[in-house]
Amino acid sequence: MNSQENITIFINGTKYQTQNGQSIMQAADHLGYSIPRLCYHPQLSVEGACRICIVEIEGMKEFQASCSYPIQDGMRIHTNTTELRQARRDILELILDNHPLDCHTCPKNGNCELQRLANILGIEERHFEGERKQYPIDDSSPAIIRNPNNCILCGRCVRVCSETQQIHAIGYAHRGFKTVVMPSYNQAFDKSVCINCGQCINICPTAAFTEKKQTDEVIRILNNKDNITIAQIAPSVRIAIGESFGIESGHNFQQELTAALKALGFDYVFDTQFGADMTIMEEAAELAERYFKGENLPLITSCCPSWVKTAEQFHPDLLPHLSSCRSPMAMLASLTKGYLAKKNHWDLTKVVNIAITPCTAKKFESSREELFLEKDIRCIDYALTTREISWIIKSSGIDLSRMKGQDFDNPMGISSGAASIVGTSGGVIEATLRTFCEKYLDSALPPLQYHESRTTKGIKEATIVINDKKINIAVANGLKSTHSLMDEIRRQKKHYDFVEIMACPGGCIGGGGQPYAASLNFFDQEKILQKRSQALYAIDSSINIHKSHENPAVQQLYKEFLGTPLSELANKLLHTQYSQKIPCGIIPKEVIYDINHSK
Amino acid sequence: MISTIQNDAKLNSLRAYINSHKEMTRNDSLLIRVLQKAQEIIGYLPPEIMNFIAQEMSIPRAQVWGVATFYHYFFLKPVGKYIISVCMGTACYLKGAEKILKAFKEKLNINIGETTDDKLFTLIEARCLGACGLAPAVSINGTIYGQLDEKKAYNIIKKYINQSK
Repeated sequence: MNSQENITIFINGTKYQTQNGQSIMQAADHLGYSIPRLCYHPQLSVEGACRICIVEIEGMKEFQASCSYPIQDGMRIHTNTTELRQARRDILELILDNHPLDCHTCPKNGNCELQRLANILGIEERHFEGERKQYPIDDSSPAIIRNPNNCILCGRCVRVCSETQQIHAIGYAHRGFKTVVMPSYNQAFDKSVCINCGQCINICPTAAFTEKKQTDEVIRILNNKDNITIAQIAPSVRIAIGESFGIESGHNFQQELTAALKALGFDYVFDTQFGADMTIMEEAAELAERYFKGENLPLITSCCPSWVKTAEQFHPDLLPHLSSCRSPMAMLASLTKGYLAKKNHWDLTKVVNIAITPCTAKKFESSREELFLEKDIRCIDYALTTREISWIIKSSGIDLSRMKGQDFDNPMGISSGAASIVGTSGGVIEATLRTFCEKYLDSALPPLQYHESRTTKGIKEATIVINDKKINIAVANGLKSTHSLMDEIRRQKKHYDFVEIMACPGGCIGGGGQPYAASLNFFDQEKILQKRSQALYAIDSSINIHKSHENPAVQQLYKEFLGTPLSELANKLLHTQYSQKIPCGIIPKEVIYDINHSK
Repeated sequence: MISTIQNDAKLNSLRAYINSHKEMTRNDSLLIRVLQKAQEIIGYLPPEIMNFIAQEMSIPRAQVWGVATFYHYFFLKPVGKYIISVCMGTACYLKGAEKILKAFKEKLNINIGETTDDKLFTLIEARCLGACGLAPAVSINGTIYGQLDEKKAYNIIKKYINQSK
């Protein structure tokens, strides 16, 4: 039967026409029936492990898992019978029996899907007491904490790590009740191939994976008035933080957030977008240098710390292609400590840089020695996720939406529109090309017309033609197709000049530190990413300056301090080099097979 | 670690085994056979060997580790010269396999999965050795000993201790 064809199904006695080829759960979701679920996630393959989503199909003896059972013409489905309600409750109770009874002290309290499900399914008393898991908590990673005691083995983290990211840092080990999700050889997380993207945190229904919190340390630092505390806010934080306060995604809280940070005691609140403008200036100059010499192309962006670690572990031979530019966060932090602090004669040991980011890997990035100002002096002292800063704000009794807005501090608070879109996939490349085309090709960047790559699925490509010059670009978000793209570059199958990679779905807007999804309806998730992205483009259009090289604060900084992009001083403060890292990553054979058999 | 033992004859024979079977079967189903072969050659599966297999077969380490820990058959720690697998299948169980197991534990002073200090014996449980007619049975390095009682179990141990002197 053709999958495009419409067929008739009955849900709870009502007749519906719907497209064939869907699972019962998908069809029901579209028709407004939200079947409870736990191990299912629309971005991932179907596991069918938890059995929460069972439904009754007339004529069948057993209940079926609706996530994996396809609809058929004339199928009569029941989603809410008394027997089903009881069966789902029993299944969930059995899961809960091995789960710690510590909701009130759990980091996921209030955001836990298991907790929500217990409420929705009406678990009001516990009939059984099961054996509890007692494993050590792994907090070796600078970004991610793994607590197997909270794990219910739904496998979403394993799937997101292997399918969406193709990193395979974690897998199931042992069997039966003793099954644990862990890195190979049960080694510490910081010794594994984990790239700190934090997608496992976002997707975990419980608190088996959480970010390494730095909230208490930051609050202590803010309360010590000897410190000079400097905050910086990443583009993707301002348009997503509202979600933590129950406000629809896509609203720009830039000014309210600045005011809230001042109220928390920060001495300066700067804009990571200023750092982004600096990155764009340096990266455009780097692109020009390589493009006109025809050397070391494509230039591959390196703003994303998860992607950088991926390249170091999986594609070390391509490291020379990576841009030497530090990320916007790192550039701004280098400038506050390496320039502003000196200019104002601040004691460097008292200056504390705290970055507010949508990203868990920024915690790892800030600990990288390559980015230290000098020995033992880190440029970025703390990196807080959107979730962490939301909690600090809430727990300090501040109502974000009612704050009277404030502007960023100067001089590192002025930014161009180009800098705001670096938070979304395709943004870094577009922003850089705006400056590159105008400064080095004397022409405005024509509108980018992307199409999906014919050779590598999931990669967007475009070709920009200016006079006799052609620039081939490629953009990827989520690391899924990156191994194939890197292989094409390695084998020079296709010529690219400039490639942008962001590890998280949608770019930084979908980062591992963003607010947890507020509902169990996953069809909302794509929409949330769209809204966040649109909000960043809306900021771009609302700012009069659209190009980084037109930002007066950037021009002033070059005039007064740095000279020109890629100058000796700029190289010292704003650039870095990366090197091969152990353990080296292993690209699965299926992926290599796909690479060899594409075309 | 791998680089230092790269030229080891054992690794070469394992590599040859992988290469000779590469085209025969799906990669992930070949993994179990390769792990078996590795255990046959090296005696157990240390992380360096699993790393080597992962690299040679392009299978992520976490997956190799998952398979190696799933099956009781695979040893993750060095084992003794003699591996005593006590059959705990239905027939042996009914014929008193638990007593036999207890006898071995007491005599060797180790628990299931452990190895004696002199590295002579490792004690494991087996599901069914397919020797139900000889229940209760144990297998020691592939040799089956059937219709055991505690005394016979002690004698077998003695025999092996004497043999290795």
